[in-house]
Amino acid sequence: MSGQTVVYVPRDSSALSMGAEEVAVALGAEAARAGLDLRLVRNGSRGLYWLEPLVEVATPEGRRAYGPVQPDDAESLVAAWRTGGAHALDLGVTDEIPYLRQQERLTFARVGITDPVSLDDYIAHEGYRGLKRAIAMSGEEIVKEVTESGLRGRGGAAFPTGIKWKTVLDQPPGQKYVTCNADEGDSGTFSDRMVMEGDPLVLIEGMTIAGIAVGATRGYIYLRVEYPDARAVLEQAIGAAEAGGYLGADVLGSGKAFHLELRIAAGAYICGEETSMLESLEGKRGEVRVRPPLPAIEGLFGRPTIVNNVISLASVPVILDKGAAFYRDYGMGRSRGTLPFQLAGNVRHGGLVEKAFGLTLRQLLYDYGGGSASGRPIRAVQVGGPLGAYVPEKDFDTPLDYEKFTEIGALLGHGGVVVFDDTVDMAQMARYAMEFCAIESCGKCTPCRIGSTRGAEVIDRIAAGDRREEHLALLEELCDTMLNGSLCGLGGLTPYPVQSALKHFRADFLRES
Amino acid sequence: MQILDRTTHETVIGIVDRLKGKEGALLPVLHAVQEALGYIPPEAVPVVAERMNLSRAEVHGVISFYHYFRSTPPGRHTVHLCRAEACQSMNAKALEAHATIRLGVAFHETTANGAFSLEPVYCLGNCALSPAMMIDGRLYGRVTPERFDAVIAEWEKRS
Repeated sequence: MSGQTVVYVPRDSSALSMGAEEVAVALGAEAARAGLDLRLVRNGSRGLYWLEPLVEVATPEGRRAYGPVQPDDAESLVAAWRTGGAHALDLGVTDEIPYLRQQERLTFARVGITDPVSLDDYIAHEGYRGLKRAIAMSGEEIVKEVTESGLRGRGGAAFPTGIKWKTVLDQPPGQKYVTCNADEGDSGTFSDRMVMEGDPLVLIEGMTIAGIAVGATRGYIYLRVEYPDARAVLEQAIGAAEAGGYLGADVLGSGKAFHLELRIAAGAYICGEETSMLESLEGKRGEVRVRPPLPAIEGLFGRPTIVNNVISLASVPVILDKGAAFYRDYGMGRSRGTLPFQLAGNVRHGGLVEKAFGLTLRQLLYDYGGGSASGRPIRAVQVGGPLGAYVPEKDFDTPLDYEKFTEIGALLGHGGVVVFDDTVDMAQMARYAMEFCAIESCGKCTPCRIGSTRGAEVIDRIAAGDRREEHLALLEELCDTMLNGSLCGLGGLTPYPVQSALKHFRADFLRES
Repeated sequence: MQILDRTTHETVIGIVDRLKGKEGALLPVLHAVQEALGYIPPEAVPVVAERMNLSRAEVHGVISFYHYFRSTPPGRHTVHLCRAEACQSMNAKALEAHATIRLGVAFHETTANGAFSLEPVYCLGNCALSPAMMIDGRLYGRVTPERFDAVIAEWEKRS
């Protein structure tokens, strides 16, 4: 190979958790030693996490992938790049790897491809085209485009994004806000993190479009404190957008202002609930507010506020760039577009799979996931986070679609999928759901605050063989109270995993104690 | 109640004055105090409250609500071990048992030599590479008991 060799080593935190930083250092040192002119790009992750650290090199045929790479491989890799020789970790052209080739990456189009903090790279890969189009449109037209795309809230609740925006737009002029809920606290989810670490400018662009659409001049990203790497990337990206005139008092000379600030959460799961997040942004305890009023009417500091999840906002630029119809053409039923599914837990090929709605859970688990990591049969799958139901094998052929999942008593939520093999004790998982709710309850309403603690106690009694039928009936009744009597989704949805465990895996509650 | 020593007092005052103009400034202020001091000393509460025109109860209420804020000094390094579902599906409970024995502390405790504080965490976003842990902001994936020991030994050398 002649000239400069361009090599990509992810700065994504999952890649770093497997040693990507050490690999980057080793490759740099080895290239210097061997006299290879190497340019190192720190990209996001391609989302093939079982292959991290996944290193790529630019070739005339496209980028070639190698993985999982360890620092010890630096010498042989540099030698292979110098001579064009073969390497044991060579995975071929990255885009041809079936796991990637079969995906439909709209929101994740640039993640893993570009340098996340380079404005030039972002623009060279179709970035900021959505904003440029939006600037020439009226607020009503932008909102109409988003509404017609069929985009629904990707944080889990699946509320139509355009309708939320319309409500804010319709409020009288005055201070309005755009807030991004980046408190991705659900186990089994990492798509928000991947976007923020791998393509933060798409989120910034989406928020700017939202601001211009509804007349909001200030935006906040509420980021969980457990994501320090995302924080560093976002800070750099916001700085780059400001320097480039894409944020600030006069966005791209449009005469419209949009100021964006990053705020760090403090480890309370409940602050992923929108009203609790707003309280937290106001500097208070993250206690849930009673609705109405809706945040779109009285939100942050009592002002009309858009509250959207990271993926919802990051999906807006492609909709504005390519049009509502382009996005709406993906998907099925009332679930339009794509969802970045996250394969997690006991799965062989864990990672990110962005697909149009409609493929089945089984396809996701086996065609992409390759079955369990342990090699044992998959027994239960929790979809949609800690508040989502456990789905048994008999329901694996359900299409991944909001309504189809509701029909089987489950939630699609944000598309996080946690896999469990046949060693799982579902009574213990049900107990954990209650325990988690007790730890994270904000304390404002009784069904959640007290119910969760009583729930864990009752499950302990059942496990101990104490008046089982009586206590099982009590547990069902408690679930009903929490479901119908809680103020928000934490207490209101904690029964989902519990009830699904009771329904599909009842034998686990009745084991010999 | 004890009062802060002069330097610490000035640090806290400096932070409040720098940040109090922000909208909803209390969380940024508390983060900055914890970043500077490692924790939020109870004696700092009246200082922050007075300077921000809030009641002590309001400031204390916020500190005690959020898991991340701590009122006692941490060890030199903080180990956050994930207890959430994805990690559980990959034997996080066994790792938890191993970690408490290896470090000789339970959750929310600090080792006698002051090297490590052990804290539970509910998801680090590394769910495809479970089980996961974080030490001082550095993330680790696929943490077997053996890898846990190796990583801890590495950090022991640093402290």
